[in-house]
Order: sequence, then C-alpha cells, then structure tokens
Amino acid sequence: MSGPILATGPETEGLLRILLLQDFNTRIVVAGAMLLGAVGGLVGTFLMFRRRALIGDVLGHAMLPGVAGAFLLLQVLGFERNLPGLLTGGAVAATLAGLMVLGLRKITRLGDDAVMAIVLSGFFGFGVVLLSIVQTTGGGGQAGLEDFVFGKTASMVTADVVVIAIGGLGVAIVGSILFKDLGLLCFDESFSASIGRPSGLLDLVLLTMAVLTALIGLQAVGLVLVVAVMVIPPAAARFITDDLRKTVLWSSGIGATGCWIGVTLSAVAPGLPAGAMIVLSMAGLFVVTLVLGGRRGLVPGWLLARRVRRRVGRDHLLRSMLEHRELTGESEVAVETILGFRVWSAGEVSASLRAGRRVGEVVEVEPGRWRLSERGELEAIALVRNHRLWEYYLLRHADIAASHVDRAADRIEHVLDPVLVRSLEVEVGAAIGARAPESPHPLGDVASVEEPEPGG
Amino acid sequence: MHVPPRHADAAIGPEHDPDAAVSIHDMTVAYQRRPVLWDLDLDIPRGVLAAVIGPNGAGKSTMIKACLGLVPKASGSVRLLGGRPRAVRGRIGYVPQRESVDWDFPVSALDVVCMGMYRRIGWFRPVRRRHRDAAMTALDRVGLADFAKRQISRLSGGQQQRVFLARALVQEADLYFMDEPFASVDAATESAILEVLRELRDGGRTVVVVHHDLQTAREYFDWLVLLNTRLVASGAMGTTWTPGNLRSTYGGRLTLLEDVGRAMGEAGGGIKR
Repeated sequence: MSGPILATGPETEGLLRILLLQDFNTRIVVAGAMLLGAVGGLVGTFLMFRRRALIGDVLGHAMLPGVAGAFLLLQVLGFERNLPGLLTGGAVAATLAGLMVLGLRKITRLGDDAVMAIVLSGFFGFGVVLLSIVQTTGGGGQAGLEDFVFGKTASMVTADVVVIAIGGLGVAIVGSILFKDLGLLCFDESFSASIGRPSGLLDLVLLTMAVLTALIGLQAVGLVLVVAVMVIPPAAARFITDDLRKTVLWSSGIGATGCWIGVTLSAVAPGLPAGAMIVLSMAGLFVVTLVLGGRRGLVPGWLLARRVRRRVGRDHLLRSMLEHRELTGESEVAVETILGFRVWSAGEVSASLRAGRRVGEVVEVEPGRWRLSERGELEAIALVRNHRLWEYYLLRHADIAASHVDRAADRIEHVLDPVLVRSLEVEVGAAIGARAPESPHPLGDVASVEEPEPGG
Repeated sequence: MHVPPRHADAAIGPEHDPDAAVSIHDMTVAYQRRPVLWDLDLDIPRGVLAAVIGPNGAGKSTMIKACLGLVPKASGSVRLLGGRPRAVRGRIGYVPQRESVDWDFPVSALDVVCMGMYRRIGWFRPVRRRHRDAAMTALDRVGLADFAKRQISRLSGGQQQRVFLARALVQEADLYFMDEPFASVDAATESAILEVLRELRDGGRTVVVVHHDLQTAREYFDWLVLLNTRLVASGAMGTTWTPGNLRSTYGGRLTLLEDVGRAMGEAGGGIKR
C-alpha cells in the first residue's frame, strides 16, 4: 500500500538515512507510528485484563461505515473531502459500536465474544455496503478511502503526527491518573463497585481511550489491523513482568519498538505496506518475549524447571545416601546400590551424582563407589530432618496437608508455615539445627520409603 | 403483612431498626426474572459475628451483594448502620468470593491490600508510602508479612484468602460482608481468619459471613441467618440453631443434619473439630 519513504540514493546510504532519521519525512512518520504503538500498548493492557482485547477489532472495523458515511454526507452537503470530517465519522461509528457491545452485554445473556462478533460484523458489513455506494456514485475524491482499510503510514504529514501526539498524550494522561482505579476494575470488579467506583463509567472511559487509539491508528495501520496495536504489545509484556505498572511500561515500549521496526522495514524495502509490517514486527517481538521473556517465557520457565528437577534429584540422592549409612553403617556406597534406593533410572542417578560432585556434596572414592562429603552430609541431615517432619505432618494432619502438596516447587520450609514447622519440631522433639528425628517408618525397603513427596 | 408506606426521602423508614447493623425489609432479588431471594425481612444487630447459612443456590451471596448494591433489587429496601448503603459506603468492608477474581493478575499481595484504601485515597491520587505501611501492618496481622512482595498467583489458596482479609482490614470498616472466607482453606488459615474476625467483633464491629460449614457454624458465630430463597430464621445462635430450623433450611436433603443436631444436643454446646 505505502510507497517508499526514500525515493533516491544508493541503497546503503538510503538505509543509513532512514536509521539515522535524517529525512524530515522519515522522522515524522517514525514519530507518529511510535506514539501510536506506545498509546496502543497502554490502552491494550487494560483492555486485555478487562478481557476485552477484541474490542479494538470491533472499534476498528466499525469505523468503516463511519468514514464512508461521513464521506457521503460531506459530498451531499457539498463539502470537500477532508480528513477531520472523515475521522469524526469514524469516531462516532466506533463509539456507537462500543456502546452497543457494553449494552448488549448488559441486557442479554450472550457472552462477550458473541456480542463483539455480532457488532463487528454488522458494522463492517454496513461499511462495505456504504463503500460500494461511494465507489459507484462518488466523484474524484473517493480515491484514498480504501487507504483507511489497510492504512497508509508513509503518507503521514506533520499535522497528522500533531493530532496523534495530542490524542496520545490525552490517553496517556487519563491512563496514568486513573491507573489504580482502572487496575482495580480489571482485577476485582465487585470490590471496585463495593467501594463506590462506578464500573459503567470506568468502562466508558476505557472505551473512549480505545476509540481514540483506534482513530489515531487508522491512518498508520488501517482499520483491519489496528487491533494488533492494542493486543500484541500487552500480551508480549505479560511474559516479562508480574507487576501491573511494569506491564504497562513494557507494553508501551514493545508497541513503540514494533512500530519503529515496521516503519523502518517498509522504508528500506519499498513496496512493503508499512501497516502490515508494523503488525508483523509486533508479532515478531511477541515471539521473542514468549520464548525469552523474563518471568513467564518458555526458556526461563524451562531453565527453572530443569534447575528444580536437578535440585530434587540431588536431594533424593543425598537423602538416600544418608539413610543408607544410618541403616548399614557404611559411608561408601556403590552406584548399583543407590539405584536400588528408589524408583529412578541409571541416567537420573548418574546425572545427580555428577551434579552433586560439581557442587561438592558427594565424592567419588573409586570408580562406581561414592560417599557424602562433609558439606553433603550437613545438607543431607537438614534434608532428612525436613523430610521426616513432613512425614510426621502428613501422619498427624493428613486432612490439611493435601492443600499444601501442590506447592511442589518450594522447599519444605516454604511449604509449611514456620509456625507449623516449629510446632512439629516440638511435637517430634527436635530442636532447631538438631539431627534428623527417627524416621516414622522402617528404612531401606523401596516400597515403604516411597511416600508422598512435597517435591524436594 | 402490612403494606409498608413509601419513605423515599427519609434516611430510614419506620420499618427499619436504626440501631441494627443490617436491616433488610421486604427485599426481593431476581436474576433474569428468576427470583433468587423472596421478601427478605431481617435485622442483624451491631457487634455480632453473623453467619449466613443455607444450601447451594439459597441466595446467600446474592443477599450480601444486594446489601452492597452490587446487584439490583427487584423490590424492598436495605439500611446499613442506620443509613442508606450509598451514604455509609465508607464504613462498609467487603471480601468477595476468592474465585471471583483472576489470581494471575500482575499484582503483589501488598498491592492487593492497598486496594482496600483506594476509597480513602480518592480518585486520581496514587498509593503512597504511608498507605503501603498500613497495608504491611494488615498483612502482618494475618501472618503474611513475609509474602508482601509475592505475586498473588504464587500464594496458596489459604494465603490468597488471607490477603483478601487483610485488604478488608485496611478498609477500617464498621460493618463487614464476607463471602465464604473459610471456603477451602487450610486449618492454619481457618484459625487465623477466625481470630481476626473475633478481634473485629470484640472491637465493636459487625461481621456478616456467608458460611458453608455446618460443623463449625455454631462454634464460630453468635448470630445466625438461615436462608433458602426465603428467610427461614434469623436470630441469636443459641435460640435459632434448632434441628427444626435447620431441617426447614435444608429440606430433606441433609440426613447428616439430624446427626449434627443430635450431637449438638448431647454435647450441649459447641462442637469441636
């Protein structure tokens, strides 16, 4: 859709000019697009947590009949085709659609998804009809109306960016002064209402912010794809942080970055539509955070799981070796014997032994024979002690214990509350730091050693 | 039944007891034209721990939601602490059902507790240091001081429930509505919550609790509201906890109830777990 921002110059020089924002025109387009991305990320975060992520799609599509209707109206009234008029039409239609979503949701039993699909397709269908009327009846001015469908980023001029900046600033200000109240609405609507916060009014504010965002996104990415600006950045930010404020900041940052990359790519590769490139760039950033994200990303999650798994394996090893010594009095033990301690594979055992040696908890006396190091022994005593406290806990409080077992990744001190651990210690008669209490069941026999695991 | 006169402008009509913490008159609530509560008429005095008890679908949650104005009333009126619910909102605390919120939301335990002060902080103003300090104190009171910075999804169910309780504490309300605060919590949490509720009552506040556990109801509470779409009975625990009332509440559905009632008679007092 959009043409190249740069028309002349050798390729490398052109690329440099784009990256360094040497062109005034490039600067304008990049600034406008990044502002849009930042605002979309902010509004989108609240929409996502209000479970209304798709409202952006409704608003975008609903703008078509508004824009086309405004065009026809302007023509009938004898005015020139002008952007403010068209955008006003789009805003009116989008607001109407948003109110219909909120209203239908309230008076019917239909779910959010069904309501949004109905309103979206209804408005868009009407828009397509109006557009065809424009095309058959319209004079010369109708050319360019289709640009709203897929956007025309490169055609942005200073005035557009000023409009985007003003609208964006307004949205950002409202978003930050209502930050805590919108957050509460998203998290716990009934509590919010119980302290007198009007949910309807707050939803209306959020809707207005979304309409403004869709409006300023219309030119850049077009009404079909504008939803991406409000959905992808917050979803990507969700993998990175567990704090609402940071989610908003990351989301805005990802939105702005996605827009910058998209605009730059479309400038570098002439002929690629900027709007679609923006959305693709955001999708790319989404994949990156999905995989690498700090808190909830796939790789960090996998690394954490692996670390826990290794820790658990090493814990099992230490405990087994200590219990073996308690039972037989021998401090050295062969790998084959370790293998018989519990239900685990040779691979798991050797991996745990290697990991244990790396951190200095076990020592290989001669090939295939191992013993605990001094440090390993201390660690093992602490483990066995906690493990047996846990067993006593299960024996005495089996009815309550079940609710704790799922917190598997935690060590026992975190699984039980400190008060309970202490009272157990009193019950079991072990002072803090003392040796492990006697096991409540006979040791050695794999079948009876297998007991419910707190996980480590 | 007399037809109540309309007292649209009066702060409190003659049908309401101004000294009651909760006064409900002729209240009917309907969802999609299906009535869930019929002609409810009851008073709960100040300074009691009141249990609202009844089978599933009896309208227990609906009753407190209607009192708070969260669901519309088809008819009837409610007075809280002698005033209209809107007028006394700053003196009312609320603990919603734990399942009603998304615990994956990116906030810490401390953030959630701070929400209890949003009304006092007011619109447009941020949470400040002194608010966070107050929230810390409340978290400490429910035994969660060490978990303040933890994201709420990484808390156990019982801990989440205690976070909700701490949020209610910072509301510093005179009247609390709590929706199933004891639902599926561990024993440690149950006793921690009960202790806090008793402290609130001993401080002269009124706590209305939707409760599901018949075993503990008699021991924990001193006022009883028995509900099954209609009001079955409301009164002091000692006089209202009768096998007859319980049977009318649960119909023939609970044979266990007979045993509970009998055991109660034999024990002549609270049943210990």
